[in-house]
Amino acid sequence: MTTEQTAGDQPLRPSLWRRILDSDLLYSFLRKPVVIVSFVLTVIIVLAAVLAPWIAPHTPFDPASLNLMNGFTPPFSANEFTGDTFILGTDSQGRDVFSAILYGARISLLVGFSAVAFAMILGVGLGLLAGYKGGWVDSLIMRVADVQLSFPAILVALMIFGVMRGVIPPQQQDQMAIYVLILAIGLSDWVQYARTVRSSTMAEKNKEYVQAARLFSVPAHRILLKHILPNVTGPILVIATIGLALAIILESTLSFLGVGVPATQPSLGTLIRIGQDYLFSGEWWITIFPGLTLLVLALSVNLLGDWLRDALNPKLR
Amino acid sequence: MLAMLIRRLIQSIVVMLVVAFIAFSLFQFVGDPINNMVGQEASAQERAELRERLGLNDPIPIQFMRFVGNAAQGNFGISYRMARPVSAVIAERLPATLELAMISAFFALSMGIGLGVYTALKRSGVLSNFIMTVSLIGVSLPTFLIGILLIYIFAVELRWLPSFGRGQVVRISDWWTTGLLTPSGRASLILPAITLGLFQLTLIMRLVRAEMLEVLRTDYIKFARARGLAQRSIHFHHALKNTLLPVITITGLQLGTIIAFAIITETVFQWPGVGLLFINAIRFVDVPMMSAYLVLIALVFVVINLIVDVLYFVVDPRLRATKH
Amino acid sequence: MNDVLLSVRDLVVEFPKRDKVLTALDHINLEVRRGEILGMVGESGAGKSLTGAAIIGLLEPPGRIAHGEIVLDGQRIDNLPYGQMRRIRGRKIGMVFQDPLTSLNPILTIAEQLIETIRTHLPMNEKQARERAVELLEEVGIPAARRRLDDYPHHFSGGMRQRVVIALALAGEPDLIIADEPTTALDVSVQAQIIDVLKRLCRDRGASVILVTHDMGVIAEAADRVAVLYAGRVAEIGPVRQVVKDPSHPYTVGLMGSIPSVVHDIDRLTQIPGSMPRLDNIPQGCAFNPRCSQVHDRCYRDRPNLIAVESKPDNQVACWLFDERASS
Repeated sequence: MTTEQTAGDQPLRPSLWRRILDSDLLYSFLRKPVVIVSFVLTVIIVLAAVLAPWIAPHTPFDPASLNLMNGFTPPFSANEFTGDTFILGTDSQGRDVFSAILYGARISLLVGFSAVAFAMILGVGLGLLAGYKGGWVDSLIMRVADVQLSFPAILVALMIFGVMRGVIPPQQQDQMAIYVLILAIGLSDWVQYARTVRSSTMAEKNKEYVQAARLFSVPAHRILLKHILPNVTGPILVIATIGLALAIILESTLSFLGVGVPATQPSLGTLIRIGQDYLFSGEWWITIFPGLTLLVLALSVNLLGDWLRDALNPKLR
Repeated sequence: MLAMLIRRLIQSIVVMLVVAFIAFSLFQFVGDPINNMVGQEASAQERAELRERLGLNDPIPIQFMRFVGNAAQGNFGISYRMARPVSAVIAERLPATLELAMISAFFALSMGIGLGVYTALKRSGVLSNFIMTVSLIGVSLPTFLIGILLIYIFAVELRWLPSFGRGQVVRISDWWTTGLLTPSGRASLILPAITLGLFQLTLIMRLVRAEMLEVLRTDYIKFARARGLAQRSIHFHHALKNTLLPVITITGLQLGTIIAFAIITETVFQWPGVGLLFINAIRFVDVPMMSAYLVLIALVFVVINLIVDVLYFVVDPRLRATKH
Repeated sequence: MNDVLLSVRDLVVEFPKRDKVLTALDHINLEVRRGEILGMVGESGAGKSLTGAAIIGLLEPPGRIAHGEIVLDGQRIDNLPYGQMRRIRGRKIGMVFQDPLTSLNPILTIAEQLIETIRTHLPMNEKQARERAVELLEEVGIPAARRRLDDYPHHFSGGMRQRVVIALALAGEPDLIIADEPTTALDVSVQAQIIDVLKRLCRDRGASVILVTHDMGVIAEAADRVAVLYAGRVAEIGPVRQVVKDPSHPYTVGLMGSIPSVVHDIDRLTQIPGSMPRLDNIPQGCAFNPRCSQVHDRCYRDRPNLIAVESKPDNQVACWLFDERASS
């Protein structure tokens, strides 16, 4: 999750800082309690997920550490047989729900961040290409974007997932599942980036300084990266933040539908799906707590994205 | 107008062909259809014969033409998993999905427009702010989570409503079954319809609100106020009509998404519609079913797009300018 | 005083901002007599349009009337509840906006908009109102009015649309029309026609007009009297001939000096140095003091009020120069 992320961020950094100063981002941030709370919650969840192996009280997916006697322990109370306490209760296997949530959030965020990075690289790349080259390259890319945009992301992701299911041999499917998921979510979400970058590229490439650089036969990729890309940092950041919320929701939805990550590596969505079966027998905590975590995470990231859009005020819709 | 309609129609046909090609490609990419149709013990010769008989040795363009021809007649082959014609299975399941989608679309539209107008007119009211805050949560809430929370509250805790299935259905013709005519059918519809419609409701509401606020700032509304027209007429005759123009487009597209999101709702509520069928098709790599669903959904989207275009024409006099 | 239709007394309009209150109109005093056209000029931001909006009670929130009163036909109207004020809008005061392209509702026919307005104010049935609508359109000079009644706004040209707007403003037979830059958005060739229509109709009906514009040519052509606004205050008010030919306030002098067509007796166009202060930066004393060529100590200290100019009957000016002349 980290390597791809920094690779995407590196060339954007100077302009990003400039924008932060220009737009009084920090000032606007400190004036909005809701945004601060969202930011803090996001950071807490991300930190907890990253540090899960060290801070989780149990390792939920190591069968050896589970005690079936601990099954269905309600939250905030001790198990009637073993006397063990679990802050958020246990599931049917005696698995600690709190630890499972930490590990689940880890998977959800891993897929989310990677999918966003993938979509960003793909979308920015294609957007630059379409805007700079124009002509049939542009028409082709934008036609594909149009068609794809008229279908909801979930459908696109499901289709891609279905195809990959058929292509990958069954024995490798479980271990490939996360990559397939990243690919499917990323491919379903590149259009926004491409559109924004394309229109900005088209506007920028006709300005004098770019024309001048072209006259001096500066290579195209240098022009694109040095002059055009910095102009779209703000909008891309906004799309990426909202995209992260969407990716997390999409991942959890796919996993909930049972076509996401395998049950041996459950994400928040998987936990909710597994827990749903126990809702009727009264063990609500198995599904409600992962659900609340997902809700808080998605809502916080969404609010951050909303605020960022207003604060940077790019012309987005 | 006719020229534009024809252009749109051609565009739609192109989109359908592209989608059909993707659906067709599924067969090429995903596994060997022969393996899926005959057992492991079939001899090489039997396989070759079947291959020839199914036309799998023909050039790709010919196979594609045949696929399109069959698809146009609703023939998508035999489901690998169910060993029945795909079209028959889909036809059987379609009423459940359409009924659910229509009810939630109605729910989302009526509540969305109503709340959008309300929050725009009472911009700083306490209730408006409350609705706006809740709607933000609504946008962030994954559909399946809404469903589960509703089930937990209304089916498990309160025991007011059923949590899965369609209840008792009535067959009103050979190809249509409805749950609307029985009490249990109607009760079963409530939670899934809310789940499916809630997301679109919040979207429509926020859109209507934003558009309405925009329209209320225009000169012609100021002029209408300056002429002393009644508040009611300014809001609901002058402003709302203009607000609904752009809303039609986006709302139309949202209705298409409802059909797609039905996949999730149907899974949560075990609703026996085509969405649930599609998810199972993906799980079991049932290619004919997948490709049929893809074409069907594309058709729904294209048709909705066309209707939206025509509707826009009917509502906006500026587009009818040529008539005079 | 029975010939006074509208009087605005000490009108103050404020816009509360995050940390301070901006005063956009600062003690405006003016009167509109029956049947006259009062021109209102000034640079953009001087408060011309705002005065119009305040009179008809359509200030955009958070703008509010903080002080003063507006009296129309003997009735105080600045503090009326919404329902009563609504019946004054259109019926007593009509308004014509600047841009005819955006003033008409694009998805309602001209007939629908006219008939609704007529029936809001006058006791007519649908059929009578429709006849009245045709008459109105004929009055404002729209050819083949009956046939065009059911057209949509986009079927009309800009000038024709402004005629429709005027017809709409007149539909309730108001005594006062506030025309806010009615010709600014139009082609030069159409501007004179629209001014003619406005002039003719008001004369025929005996209605008064407040003609807001920054175009001195329009004022000279159409207005009976003129009020010059500067930084939310009235700098000078008087008969158009006096103000244009023989301006008193140094700002008006500068304003007239910068207009080529009106002034014949000077060789060179003059320009006022500097620009009008922003609302949050209005100097103490006279608002014009940083740009004035005849400024003296008192201008920095005290704010001048409108005072009569001795040699010119009916002329009032807010400038200390004339106070000293009067006292000496």
